[in-house]
Amino acid sequence: MSEKKIRVLIAKPGLDGHDRGAKFVAQTLRDAGMEVIYTGLRQTPSSIVAAAIQEDVDVVGLSILSGAHNTLLPRVVELLEENGAGDILVFGGGVIPEADIPFLKEHGVKEIFTPGTPSDIYVKFIRENVQQHNDQGG
Amino acid sequence: MTKVDNLLLPDSSLNMRFLARLITKIENNSQFAEELLSEIYQENNEALILGITGPPGAGKSTLIDNIVGKFREQGKKIAVVAIDPSSPFSGGAILGDRIRMSSHFMDPNVFIRSMGSRGYLGGVAPATVNVMNFLTAVGFDVVIIETVGAGQSDIDIMYLVDSVLLVLVPGLGDDIQALKAGIMEIADIFVVNKADKPGKEKLMAEINMLLMLKQEQVDWIPPVLEVVATEGEGIDTLIAEIKRHKEYLTEHSFDVKIKKVERRIRRMIEEKIDERVHGSFKDNDRLNLWIEKAIDGKINPYSLIKDFDKKLTVLWEG
Repeated sequence: MSEKKIRVLIAKPGLDGHDRGAKFVAQTLRDAGMEVIYTGLRQTPSSIVAAAIQEDVDVVGLSILSGAHNTLLPRVVELLEENGAGDILVFGGGVIPEADIPFLKEHGVKEIFTPGTPSDIYVKFIRENVQQHNDQGG
Repeated sequence: MTKVDNLLLPDSSLNMRFLARLITKIENNSQFAEELLSEIYQENNEALILGITGPPGAGKSTLIDNIVGKFREQGKKIAVVAIDPSSPFSGGAILGDRIRMSSHFMDPNVFIRSMGSRGYLGGVAPATVNVMNFLTAVGFDVVIIETVGAGQSDIDIMYLVDSVLLVLVPGLGDDIQALKAGIMEIADIFVVNKADKPGKEKLMAEINMLLMLKQEQVDWIPPVLEVVATEGEGIDTLIAEIKRHKEYLTEHSFDVKIKKVERRIRRMIEEKIDERVHGSFKDNDRLNLWIEKAIDGKINPYSLIKDFDKKLTVLWEG
């Protein structure tokens, strides 16, 4: 029996305590048939990366509302690369100004979904990108 | 064997990733798992294999966080496999047991892995036994399996592990709950968690009464321990009892250990049968046609079952 499930880590880096968005995303991904590992509030980039590696996820989704996204999100990408896991897809969500999005994308964050994004948009995004990744033999 | 030997090199995150990816393959592909494990499997009597079960919210993950802390003080390498339910509708899952173990996230000697139950009832996942055998084979000193929040009959954990810790909390049910068959019978150690909450004495008394009724037939009498996991209270005693049970299994009662290994191997065979039978009938066109007929009332489901039974007999003997 062979069955591949998409595994996603949903994490909250930094110090804000608002996890409603993260939990909403986690549930919609579950309903889309994915296995979602939720690690809770106030995680450091290094603890997120350790969890992503041990759980062997395909995708890391970072929810952030504190304003520290320009520091924390690129740091997660950087640490994944340092630990030989640069192939793991990283996306972000939360209160992130339009003006910051190009900077984050330049630093390896594949996509940013701001509040109000319908769930089928990011479900489709994850499915397509993971598929592409698997096709490349990753 | 060479590839797997590499996993035992001093802790590098690259090895961690290799290990994690192998577990994914074991989980997704039972054939791969069998090939790999037929090479590296050993009945490793050194490793301590613990199962933690109990109802949802009993504090299993928090208790594991504490147990891991104690074993780390002794320099042990520890793997935790935490199982959460998969959705019967979407097949997806939210795996949240890690949250309570965050104090060990950065410890390179603690490997935590979440698993979805993937449609399997009984408290564990189909691949749990393979993942567990893999983790002991690559040299973890302690492997801890956390079941899904278990009900009265989720007893499969007893087939897998050496010691079953049943975590209970005060105030969940009346006296009769304790006397029911099933999960209450599989505990090697009873952990009464949240022992600072009202109702503790009553729960302790109920468990002790249940054990008194059984004592004549067994030579291991499960201890009943009070713990407050969030405060770390009672953990030292618990660790001592875990060790005592391990000693009991290895030294004083070889028979018990053999029985456990036998159960585990039988379980592996049953799972294979289940997988093959399910696999061959899941999308069987003729079977689907029969079921449709039964739904329409054109055939009686009991005659369908009778026919099916005949077909299975042919399959098995042929």
